[in-house]
Amino acid sequence: MHTEAPATPLHGVMAEYESGQALVEAARKTMAHGYRKVEAYTPVPIEELNDIIHKERTILPKLVLGGGLTGMATGFALQYWASVIEYPMNVGGRPQASWTAFIVPSYELTILFAALTAAIGMILLSGLPAPYHPVFNVERFSMASSDKFFLVIERGDAKFDRHSASEFLRTTGAKGVYDVVE
Amino acid sequence: MADLNIHRPMALQETPVILPGHDFETVTETISEVPLSRRFPLGWVGFLLVALAGAGMLQMALGYLVLKGIGIWGNNVPVGWAFDIINFVWWIGIGHAGTLISAILLLFKQQWRMSISRFAEAMTIFAVVCAAIFPVFHTGRPWLAAYWLFPYPNAMGLWPQFKSPLIWDVFAVSTYATVSVVFWYVGLIPDLATMRDRAVSKTKAVIYGVFALGWRGSARHWHRYEVATLILAGLSTPLVLSVHTVVSFDFAVSLIPGWHATIFPPYFVAGAIYSGFAMVLSLAIPVRRFYGMESLITMRHIDNMAKVMLATGLIVGYGYMMEAFFAWYSASPHERFMMWNRMFGPYGWSYWTLITINVVMVQLLWLKRVRTNTVLLFIMSIFVNIGMWLERFVIIVTSLNRDFLPSSWGMYYPTIWDFMTFFGTIGLFLTLFLLFLRFVPMISIFEVKTLLPQSKVKGDHHAH
Repeated sequence: MHTEAPATPLHGVMAEYESGQALVEAARKTMAHGYRKVEAYTPVPIEELNDIIHKERTILPKLVLGGGLTGMATGFALQYWASVIEYPMNVGGRPQASWTAFIVPSYELTILFAALTAAIGMILLSGLPAPYHPVFNVERFSMASSDKFFLVIERGDAKFDRHSASEFLRTTGAKGVYDVVE
Repeated sequence: MADLNIHRPMALQETPVILPGHDFETVTETISEVPLSRRFPLGWVGFLLVALAGAGMLQMALGYLVLKGIGIWGNNVPVGWAFDIINFVWWIGIGHAGTLISAILLLFKQQWRMSISRFAEAMTIFAVVCAAIFPVFHTGRPWLAAYWLFPYPNAMGLWPQFKSPLIWDVFAVSTYATVSVVFWYVGLIPDLATMRDRAVSKTKAVIYGVFALGWRGSARHWHRYEVATLILAGLSTPLVLSVHTVVSFDFAVSLIPGWHATIFPPYFVAGAIYSGFAMVLSLAIPVRRFYGMESLITMRHIDNMAKVMLATGLIVGYGYMMEAFFAWYSASPHERFMMWNRMFGPYGWSYWTLITINVVMVQLLWLKRVRTNTVLLFIMSIFVNIGMWLERFVIIVTSLNRDFLPSSWGMYYPTIWDFMTFFGTIGLFLTLFLLFLRFVPMISIFEVKTLLPQSKVKGDHHAH
């Protein structure tokens, strides 16, 4: 993988902020400045950031709906098949396909499949598990899970230039600006 | 909530959900120093040894059960179901408070939920583990029970009876266990990342790092995370209500007087939450004291939990009243006799003890002085757990011991093995809980931080 050094070994440029408010303002300025490949890192969820930077909502709810419906169909089909086709048992002459009795397991499997889709979907859509990421190369970044807020302009941005991006981030109220090595 | 207090006179102001003087750093430090510390406090070790002794006793009781068979228990005919189902329902019920706190209160945007949700959820998982032991070992040879509990193609060509509430229960409880673990783990991911980043020792950093999955807290991560959490809360809410409903179907769908009652599902769910909050209080009161978490688990939390206990306790009391009313109103001699037997029969003492605790004692919680007295509340919470255990004892044993034919009446007495198994599960529960306290952040670090002004963002031109 690392047979030759990349043209520029940078992942991007990172700025550090003291508060969520400062970061949100900086993110707005950065987007307004025309940068597009931007990412923010925060110790707490800040709803505004996704709307400012990525402007798109996740497809997770639709996946969960699909998961839930699959669970319901699986639960019902399983019970129908086992009780009517594969192993019919006459108990007091009651109908084999007594669907009301099948509600509970179908309901439980709906929730089970939906919940597993929500959790696994969230993890996979976020690109996790990912043991390595360039941002971890910045020493200060360990504070991103404690009390500092970070903004990264990535190299992939059309406007990216290490010098001008760093200079720009300094004007946004950053407490520090660091190179993120790939 | 806190904003509203500004306009209230001093006397009406409530204790905030997080005491003043905290910022991001102090919150992170206070919570993460417990699992990251190198010390094993003597008190913790002492409690762990006691709990382990209990878990060892459980192992012994179950080992002997597997060797000898379930004849070592006191179950007999007519009381074919006793400690195994009493303790199962008791433990499952206790678990319900954790899900209520983490899911239902999240949907209601109750901020006080945040600092107790983590360990209440841990309590849920450990309670479900303890609960599962009873029905599983009541099968005698659990490794042979799989084919009539779970639908899988087996060599005998048999399938479970899906029209039986017991199979519904298998689905409800196994789904509940799985979803609780998943929800708990998802809630832990950002905090595990915090632990990874703060760990001084390489080993700890790697272990926490593996479980943190490489969480970076990016805007994309958080966006999906918030959506997933909300969905999981939305799914857990009907799930938790369904679990005790299905547990109550184990009884209500039968034709036994004392079990065959339409009030069972809501009455069981309320009882579950009532006993669950009692257990959360039994755990939270000592934990906040010993770990110095009073500024994060404040009197506001204690007070609110006591209020939930009061509300659900009143519903439970209503349930007792309705059971008696139904028995009378049914005009069925068997129903009426069952109620008379419950109150004045050989197990009458258990009924009146339960009424004293769950109907009379709980009224003390109307008083703010009681709700904010942690010592008294701790004692009361233990009593509520005893009361709720007795409730299940009353429902199960007094309904079975004198059924339709006097010739088949009989008394039930638990054996030493019943008690060893029961107290053993308490030991197992405490063992798991103590390990959790030591190795996992016991309060959700990132959620508590969202309560602080540092994470508040003023939206200017940004409208929601």
